[in-house]
Amino acid sequence: MKDIIKGKTYVLGNDIDTDQIIPAQHLVYSLSDPEERKQYGRYALSSVPDAQAGLPEGNIRFVNEGNHRSEFNIIIAGKNFGCGSSREHAPEALNIAGVEAVVAESYARIFYRNSVDGGFYIPFETGEHLFTECRTGDEIEIEMKKGTLRNVTTGKVYQLKPLGDVEQILMAGGIFAYARKSGMLSSR
Amino acid sequence: MGMTLTEKILAKHAGKRHVSPGDNVWVDVDVLMTHDVCGPGTIEIFKREFGAGAKVWDREKVVIIPDHYVFTQDPYAKRNIDILREFALEQGIKYFYDVGSPNYKGVCHVALAEEGHTRPGEVLFGTDSHTCTAGAFGEFATGIGNTDAAFIMGTGKLWLKVPTTMKFVFDGEVPPYLMAKDMILQIIGDIGVDGATYKAMEFAGEGISMLSVEERMTLCNMAIEAGGKNGIIAPDAKTLRFVNERSKSKIDVIYGDEDAEYESVRRYNLKELEPVVAKPHSPDNTATVSEVKGTKIDRCYIGSCTGGKLEDFRAAARILRGHTVRVDTFVVPSTTEVEKRLKDEMIDGESLFSILKNAGAKIADGASCAACLGGPPDTFGRTEGKEVCISTTNRNFPGRMGSKQSQVYLASPLTVAASAIKGEITDPREFF
Repeated sequence: MKDIIKGKTYVLGNDIDTDQIIPAQHLVYSLSDPEERKQYGRYALSSVPDAQAGLPEGNIRFVNEGNHRSEFNIIIAGKNFGCGSSREHAPEALNIAGVEAVVAESYARIFYRNSVDGGFYIPFETGEHLFTECRTGDEIEIEMKKGTLRNVTTGKVYQLKPLGDVEQILMAGGIFAYARKSGMLSSR
Repeated sequence: MGMTLTEKILAKHAGKRHVSPGDNVWVDVDVLMTHDVCGPGTIEIFKREFGAGAKVWDREKVVIIPDHYVFTQDPYAKRNIDILREFALEQGIKYFYDVGSPNYKGVCHVALAEEGHTRPGEVLFGTDSHTCTAGAFGEFATGIGNTDAAFIMGTGKLWLKVPTTMKFVFDGEVPPYLMAKDMILQIIGDIGVDGATYKAMEFAGEGISMLSVEERMTLCNMAIEAGGKNGIIAPDAKTLRFVNERSKSKIDVIYGDEDAEYESVRRYNLKELEPVVAKPHSPDNTATVSEVKGTKIDRCYIGSCTGGKLEDFRAAARILRGHTVRVDTFVVPSTTEVEKRLKDEMIDGESLFSILKNAGAKIADGASCAACLGGPPDTFGRTEGKEVCISTTNRNFPGRMGSKQSQVYLASPLTVAASAIKGEITDPREFF
C-alpha cells in the first residue's frame, strides 16, 4: 500500500448501485484478456444518471469517450456505495479505470468485501459528509498513516475511519495473498 | 446466551460450540453456486491462484447454472457459456445445467431449490447477490464475488463476520390480496436499502408459517435489497417436505435457541398491510398501491428469481383470467420446470399458460433471467427508451432493465397483473 494517495476526485451521492457502476450488458467481457478488460474501464460509472454524474454540477463523464482510464483516481461518495449485485466486475471496473481509493460514508456489504478481497483499491469510510464538502475535480491527498484526507483545493482536512479488521487483507493485497501470508494457503 | 438460527449454523460450520456477532470465522462450505456472468471470472482466478491443473475442492459441491445471458446472439455471452462447459467437463462437475441440453434449468436461485441443492442447516455461497433466496430453507446463504468464489473452489472455506440478527415477525393471516413481495417491500421501505447492511434478517410469525415455500423464497430473495447479509426462515414441515422430495442428502435441521439475542424485533400485523410498490429508482422508495394508483404504464413484466416462480404466475393468472392486457406484458418463466408446469397447471380447466396467452401476454420462449437486469441489447423484454414498467423483479435502479431513461416500479404479481389489465397502476383488490 502506498503511504500517500493523491489525485483528482470524482464525487457521487448516496446509494450508487452496481448497475450504475457497470451496467449489466457489459458483464460479458473477459476480465483476464488485457485488451478486452479495458472495456470495463471504458464503461465504469456509465449508468449514473447525468445529473448526478460528478457532483455538484453533474454531467461530468467519469471516463472520456474512447478512453478506459479516468482522470479521477479517488472517488468520494455518500452512504451505501456499491449496493445491489455481487458482480465483482464493479470494483474491478473502477480499478481498471485507475481508481486507487474510494471514500464513502458506508458501503454495501458484498461490494466492500469484493473491494477488499480482490485488492482493487482502498475502500475508506468516513463519518464526514464529504460528498457535499468536496467538488468533482478537487485535488485530494490521503495520508494512510494518519488516516486523513486533505482537500488540497480547499485546504480542509478530514478524518477517515480506521480500516479495522480488513487492514491486514488490504496490506497483503487481497484474500489470496493474505491467506498465503498467514499460512492458511501454501505459498507458491 | 443462546444463538440465533444464523449464528448456530455458522458456529457449526466453523467447528465452534458458540459464536457471537462480530466474530470473524472461517466456515466450511456445503455448496458453491456460480453462473455465466461470474463463473468465467471465478474460474480464471481459481486457475491463476491454484494452478492451471488444479481441481475444485469437491466436484459435487460446485453447482454451475448458466441463466443470465442465454438466449442472445452476443458472441461474448456465448463464449462465457462455452467457458463454463469446458470447465465443468474438465473438472467432472456433477451438477452443471448446460444450455441447450435436457438438463438446462434457468434462473439459478429457483433451479437450486428445484434440484435439491438448498437444504436446512447448510452454508451456501453463490456468485450472485440473490443467493440469499435459499435462506427460505433454513440455511445460511449469501452472495459473494469472483475472488471469494475462487477461494472456495480451491479450499471449500471462506472467512466471514458473524452478523447480528434483525427479526421480523408477521402476525395474523396473510390476506388473499397480499403476497410475500408486498411484505418485503414494506420492510425495505421501512428500514431503507441499507437498513440491514451486514445483518441477518430472520422472518417469523404466523404469516410466515402460512406462506408457501416459493413465497418464502421471494421474502428472503430481497433481503439483499435492504443490504442484508442473509435472509432466513426457520424450517418447518413445509420446508422439509419440499427438500425431501428433491434431495437425498442427509439433513441436519438447525433451529435458533429460545433465548437467542436479536439486535431488533419488528412486528407487522398483516391485516393492516396493503399492497405496496417501490417507485423508481430504488427498492426503498415505496408507496402503497392506493397512493400511486392511476399512474400510467407502458409495460408489465412478470419474471425473475423473485417474481417468475410458478406461484407468481398462478397469482397473475388468477387476476388475468378472462381479461385482456392493455399494455405490453412480458412473461418469463424462471426455470424450465416452471415453464412446463405453466402448461400442466389448470384454473377451472384452463392452463396457466393459456390464461396468460389469451390475455395477450408475450411469453418468452425459454426460461432465463431475461430483462430483469437488462442484459445484451437483444434480450426479451429489455427496456429501450423512456418506458414506464411495472415489474415483479427485485431491482429498479437507474438502467437496471436496460435503458437509463426507463422507469421501473416493483410490485407483486397480483398488482402487476391488475395493472396490465388497466394500463395503469391498479390495486389488485379491484379484481377480488
